[in-house]
Amino acid sequence: MLNFTIRRLLFTIPTLLLISLIIFLLLDLAPNDPTGNLPLTIPAEVREQIRKALGLGDPIYVRYYRWLVQFFVNEPLNLLGEWTHSCIGDCENRLRVTSWATRSPVVDLIAERMPQTLWVVGLSYVVGILIAVPIGVYSAYRQYSWFDQLGTFISMIGFSVPTFFTGVLMIVIFSVQLRWFPSIYDTTLRVTDWSSLGAQIRQMAMPVFVLALYNAAQISRFMRASMLDNLNQDYVRTARAKGLNERVVVLVHVLRNSLIPVVTVIALGVPQVFGGAIITEQVFKVNGLGQLLIIGIQGADIPLVQTLTFIFAVLIVLFNLIADILYGILDPRIRYD
Amino acid sequence: MTDLNTNPIGEIEAIAVVEDPRSQWWDVWDQFKTHKGAVLGLAFFVLVILLVLVGPHLWTIAPNHIDIRAKNQGMSLAHPMGTDQLGRDTFAQMLSGGRVSLAVGVVAMALSLFVGTLVGVLAGYFRRIDGLLMRFTDLFLALPLLPLLLVIIMLFRDTLRAAFGPETGIFILIVFVIGITSWMQTARIVRGDVLALKQQEFVLAARSIGTPPHRMILRHVLPNVMSPIMVSATLGIANAIITESALSFLGLGFPSDFPTWGRLLFDSTNFMSLHPARVIWPGLAISLTVLSVNYMGDGLRDALDPRIRGR
Repeated sequence: MLNFTIRRLLFTIPTLLLISLIIFLLLDLAPNDPTGNLPLTIPAEVREQIRKALGLGDPIYVRYYRWLVQFFVNEPLNLLGEWTHSCIGDCENRLRVTSWATRSPVVDLIAERMPQTLWVVGLSYVVGILIAVPIGVYSAYRQYSWFDQLGTFISMIGFSVPTFFTGVLMIVIFSVQLRWFPSIYDTTLRVTDWSSLGAQIRQMAMPVFVLALYNAAQISRFMRASMLDNLNQDYVRTARAKGLNERVVVLVHVLRNSLIPVVTVIALGVPQVFGGAIITEQVFKVNGLGQLLIIGIQGADIPLVQTLTFIFAVLIVLFNLIADILYGILDPRIRYD
Repeated sequence: MTDLNTNPIGEIEAIAVVEDPRSQWWDVWDQFKTHKGAVLGLAFFVLVILLVLVGPHLWTIAPNHIDIRAKNQGMSLAHPMGTDQLGRDTFAQMLSGGRVSLAVGVVAMALSLFVGTLVGVLAGYFRRIDGLLMRFTDLFLALPLLPLLLVIIMLFRDTLRAAFGPETGIFILIVFVIGITSWMQTARIVRGDVLALKQQEFVLAARSIGTPPHRMILRHVLPNVMSPIMVSATLGIANAIITESALSFLGLGFPSDFPTWGRLLFDSTNFMSLHPARVIWPGLAISLTVLSVNYMGDGLRDALDPRIRGR
């Protein structure tokens, strides 16, 4: 297992390098001038100087190498220095990935936005799993009952209806008509007492619910299918024949085995949740990572977009790795070596 | 007596003629009909297609006709879905928007199926390029698709608009980016099926009489991997419609004067506190279409699965 893990880890390095190269080339080869948004009155030679100042004068391999060094060496060193409150190496003059729009390091921008995304998206994923697993278990246990029919129908709706419509619908019903929840997420809210905690819960309720419904729809289908696969196995009959009560059979024997594929699906879904949250954050005006990406795209802020896209790619590769390893650990029959 | 005995084959042929020869697709259709959701989905999808194809000829108000005196109206006989802030008829806009949305869905699905099937068949059939093609597929699966879609559209929008005009340019761009970012699942499934097919005797028989590879693929392999491709096709339409609406919803899809359902939804969210009904129509259209397509896919998967069929 360790051997396999190390091999997989080594394999992620060329993958990530290739992905970063693709993203870099895509942004670079695009027929779009980064100074295109500046006023037309700027003379051509000044424009050329601006391009040079942005670091665009050098050949492409130099810029790619520089970006790699900045992202993989300088930024981690900087983070480490900030955590330990010390200065590692030449920390004053170290080049960092800088946003063109705000002139501040991209990593600082991302660190600013991270908590909101993690709270809303992370919580919605947890809520989604907590809803999905019991529904999946019960609908498989009572297959073709009215509960199963209803659950299957709702999960079909949950993943057919896009989050930008459920979100807007929720706003229309709960913010516009009933006025229960605010439609805009307020990041400046600090939780200090009970009433501000209530306000925080109220503003998180809708985005979390919308994303949770979407995630629960997918996971509950997997859960149901996996339970159905296991319920007819011989070991279940054996467990019943031993005289174990039904609760133990289903919740201990069957559930534990059915969770194995579901856990990997959950792990694989995490990066997609970050991607899907781009839309939900836009609907509810949550100023998280997704909104940062949209702002960067609209402002043609290439370093910001590049870094964010690459971080999403790292998440995907990382969670693929985690899913593979988890599968091996949880199911001894599937060991790769 | 002698007559009957001399020609037993003729008797069997006679019986065979009485019982109509049934192709596999009739069995599939019979199984498909037993899935209520799938039949409802098919009916709804056909209805939507008919509406957007024939509707604009019957409902003759132009979708971009501005009648500022009749702005922001609710549902009425003259305007069944009301009007927007410029007095444009929402029903007419929905019809023409649906045309574009469905066209994007179908064309992008066709493109992604083509690429997916090509990669899958080549990887499954030719062992030499299998590893390379599958690593390529894995690489695509590891790309963050939605951010990349947004980036590609931002970067190439203006160039394509200049080259092909505002409407065709953005259509080509969106269809292309959705197509080339959604073929991976199809490729994987098709490759798996082709690998299994290659072990079967009829492939060996065909090869032993010297069938060249291209005819092997077209005549023997492709018809046998039709079922997973068809299921992928339905799911591909749903995926493409949702992706296009999401792009339009983020403001990076079709322009306002050439609206799709996603763009209509995006435009009406600005007026959602004043005219909540306006966001319902496009959202409902997207959701119901995708739901019906997904149900069709569900029914088709059951119908094409020989283990379930005929039970």
